[in-house]
Amino acid sequence: MLDGYEMTVGLEIHVQLDTDTKIFCGCKNEFGAEPNNHTCPICLGLPGTLPVLNEKAVEYIVKAGLALNCEINTFSKFDRKNYFYADLPKAYQISQFDLPFCEDGHVMIQLEDGADMKIGITRIHLEEDAGKLNHAGEGIASSDSSLVDYNRVGTPLIEIVSEPDIHSPEQAIAYLKKIKSILEYIGVSDCDMSQGSMRADVNISVAPKGSDKLGTRTELKNMNSFKAIEKALKYEPKRQIKVLESGGEIIQGTLTWDDEAGKTIPMRSKEEAHDYRYFPEPDLVPVILDQEWIEGIRETLPELPDARQKRYVEELGIPEYDAMVITADREMADFFEAVVEEHNDAKAISNWIMGDFSRLLNEESITIAEVKFKPADLAKMLKLMDEGTISSKIAKTVFEEMFATGKDPDTIVEEKGLKQISDTSELEKIIDQVIADNQSALEDYRGGNKNVFGFFIGQTMKATRGKANPGMVNKILREKLEG
Amino acid sequence: MELYQLTAHQLHEKLVNKEVTAREITESIYNRIEAVEEDVKAYITLTKEDALKQADKVDEKIANGEEIGPLAGIPIAIKDNMSTEGVKTTCASKILHNYKPPYDATVIKKLSAEDYIMVGKTNMDEFAMGSSNENSGFYPTANPWDLTRVPGGSSGGSAAAVAAGEAIISLGSDTGGSIRQPAAFCGVVGMKPTYGLVSRYGLVAFASSLDQIGPFSKDITDCAIALNYIAGHDEFDSTSANREVPDYTASLNKDITGMKIGVPSEYFGDGIDQEVKDAVWTAIKKLEELGAEYEEVSLPHTEYALSAYYLIAPAEASSNLARYDGVRYGLRSEEVKGLVDMYKKTRQEGFGDEVKRRIMLGTYALSSGYYDAYYKKAQKVRTLVKQDFDRAFEKYDVLISPTTPTTSFKAGAKKDPLEMYLSDICTIPINLAGIPALSMPCGLDSNGLPIGLQIMGNHFGEEKILQIAHAFEQATDFHKKRASL
Ligand SMILES: [Zn+2]
Repeated sequence: MLDGYEMTVGLEIHVQLDTDTKIFCGCKNEFGAEPNNHTCPICLGLPGTLPVLNEKAVEYIVKAGLALNCEINTFSKFDRKNYFYADLPKAYQISQFDLPFCEDGHVMIQLEDGADMKIGITRIHLEEDAGKLNHAGEGIASSDSSLVDYNRVGTPLIEIVSEPDIHSPEQAIAYLKKIKSILEYIGVSDCDMSQGSMRADVNISVAPKGSDKLGTRTELKNMNSFKAIEKALKYEPKRQIKVLESGGEIIQGTLTWDDEAGKTIPMRSKEEAHDYRYFPEPDLVPVILDQEWIEGIRETLPELPDARQKRYVEELGIPEYDAMVITADREMADFFEAVVEEHNDAKAISNWIMGDFSRLLNEESITIAEVKFKPADLAKMLKLMDEGTISSKIAKTVFEEMFATGKDPDTIVEEKGLKQISDTSELEKIIDQVIADNQSALEDYRGGNKNVFGFFIGQTMKATRGKANPGMVNKILREKLEG
Repeated sequence: MELYQLTAHQLHEKLVNKEVTAREITESIYNRIEAVEEDVKAYITLTKEDALKQADKVDEKIANGEEIGPLAGIPIAIKDNMSTEGVKTTCASKILHNYKPPYDATVIKKLSAEDYIMVGKTNMDEFAMGSSNENSGFYPTANPWDLTRVPGGSSGGSAAAVAAGEAIISLGSDTGGSIRQPAAFCGVVGMKPTYGLVSRYGLVAFASSLDQIGPFSKDITDCAIALNYIAGHDEFDSTSANREVPDYTASLNKDITGMKIGVPSEYFGDGIDQEVKDAVWTAIKKLEELGAEYEEVSLPHTEYALSAYYLIAPAEASSNLARYDGVRYGLRSEEVKGLVDMYKKTRQEGFGDEVKRRIMLGTYALSSGYYDAYYKKAQKVRTLVKQDFDRAFEKYDVLISPTTPTTSFKAGAKKDPLEMYLSDICTIPINLAGIPALSMPCGLDSNGLPIGLQIMGNHFGEEKILQIAHAFEQATDFHKKRASL
């Protein structure tokens, strides 16, 4: 696709931390309140106000840093990033410039061909979020007024900056998903992209294959959907190559992704880029972290997806692919383990989780937390299958009913009369009737056309509405047909 | 003697003894204001109605036999860069001409808890930038000793208010000398405490790493009392020091025998007026008579302090003042085309020349490509200046110098901003180092204008400063001299 060229992707992922209060004041850190209801003189940056650092935010970024294999700086400080915008009340953002909390980390990603790949993380720093502008009318250019909602101002944000290790859309998405998964695991953010809790700035450049220099890059700001990022990463390098091939030059600058048109649109070029005039924030003293405290945070880390995946393969014996899919989502993995606890057949459970369970979650677009039945119910259903009380086909029906109503499988089987028919005499009676009703087919069979056997199976299942024990039907039919 | 001529501790005694009421004191102050304010122009906003209500509350407490603190019923003026809930806080700038904060600064909360009486908000150089009070966005303040002269800046209104009897005590802020220089010019006591001793929460920032709130008073005892009630840790200010606050009045009467005074020779250079030098040396000799020892000392990096200050302070100011953009409060220019135009026109109309000059200086010093050469280098110089003081305080209890190179100058006399900047040359190094310093009257020049004596101490060395200052005050009568207004 990129004949003779290699693309390089840099990702700056912004993640809102799930602290109770904002980073520098006591206001609630909560999505969805009435505009400007979660504000105070401090987060509004009124003259004379001063920031006071929320220690929980520091704990969370250190937790994130440890989970992403970073070095934690025991001496860190905040800096001011100066620029004018209506959603930024102080006209500067308190951020970190040269001494971020976390540096030199990495994550491992798995590619579709099964290969593992290491993606470096340059740094993770802590900063405050800005507010939100609501433009009257169509957009910023055509509206004659704009309203500002400052509820989001002062939300603690971490920015995770990747090394230029990513060279394909697949790698980029795998990396993003891995970061999301890890942060969800450690509980520092819900990473809800639809609410803007996780968003990414994506840098893209292309260079001739084998070149040791990176090409001029363009940047897509505030991307908040994997699909859009993937599409943009497929489009933008091709556009850049086209420019280069026709003898043009890539202009460094910011682009926006137009999802409908499926292309990137220039926003501003480097000439208009900001000089942020960073300097040390004089209103906050440097943060000195105690090594013991850091180790204490490390001890609170849960088992992370990679370790869990390994354990599932080694201890539960499920395929690597299954383990990867299940562990990508902590809730999914927790659910899986809870079922395994009750029923010792990990492979069967992973099949159900990855199959019907995932499908229904998707179709209903609900989260695992909203699922009506309990892990124990799924275990019970699998036991009913093992005991021969229900067939695998009936199990699908039972599962769908569990999912829809939250009823336990025993009740469902009872209420709907789904119990498998394994009574020999009862089955013989039914089969006799089927044979009696299909005399010509019987003659065909006895005349040597053994293919008709399947027809008789089908008729028997139909007569029992699928409840007949398939093994027994098979045995009894064969005996009777052979006469 | 009129009530407005007394000190806080004298008035407190009279209140407790029921010789006067808080209402009488307050009315005396407002009568004085009525008489002289037209000439002095120390205030931007007066809050008489609330003040009288507050006075009645204090009188009620006294009548009910409740115990009252030393600041209860004492009329205090507040520099107009400290946030007062519901009362205009303009920083003497057009850009905040109508701004009423929805919250109180920490110092205001502390004083309110002591039942102080706020007289009003005092005039200042716009956003505390200036050394003469001629840079107010509204009108200049005059020096009560000579109305054709400046009261000094930027807390000139607060200094003039005390000197003219328009307040008993006042609060100012000191970024490079903004309390001490006007105190010297107006013949009152002014103190800049150690950086971090008094909470900056609610003080509209000029240069965050240098700003510090401090009191003006007629004598050292009042200064110590005021400091007692504004000092202390504040959880709303990360830079505020978390340490016990001593009773500053306790050290006042201690003997100064054997105390060591360093006299930094760099503060007695060519730019310093001979009359000022003589008065300061006379004071040092007086302290020697009282039992202290003195020695000349060198603070070699003093000459670079001014340059470092004029990079660091504007750099921080350029960032601190960026929030005045017309979006949410204060001035918004009318008839603008779009957001950027609104920023530009609002700031163009709202800020005065000196503020604009410093914003541009600071923006330049922080811009990429110049940061290392200017801001970063200035920070290095700052460290060297600090080290000069650290070394000196290993040996000396206090350092003594003139507060200002000259006494008050005529309004309009200093047209060149650089010349104006030099009037803070003796005070600026103290802010860079974050140490405390006090200015008190130590004489009059041949024009009958007050001369300021500057006493500097080590970090949190306020007690020693007050001890020496009080000893000098008790042995002389400069503090009794008043502007004949
Ligand atoms: Zn807030």
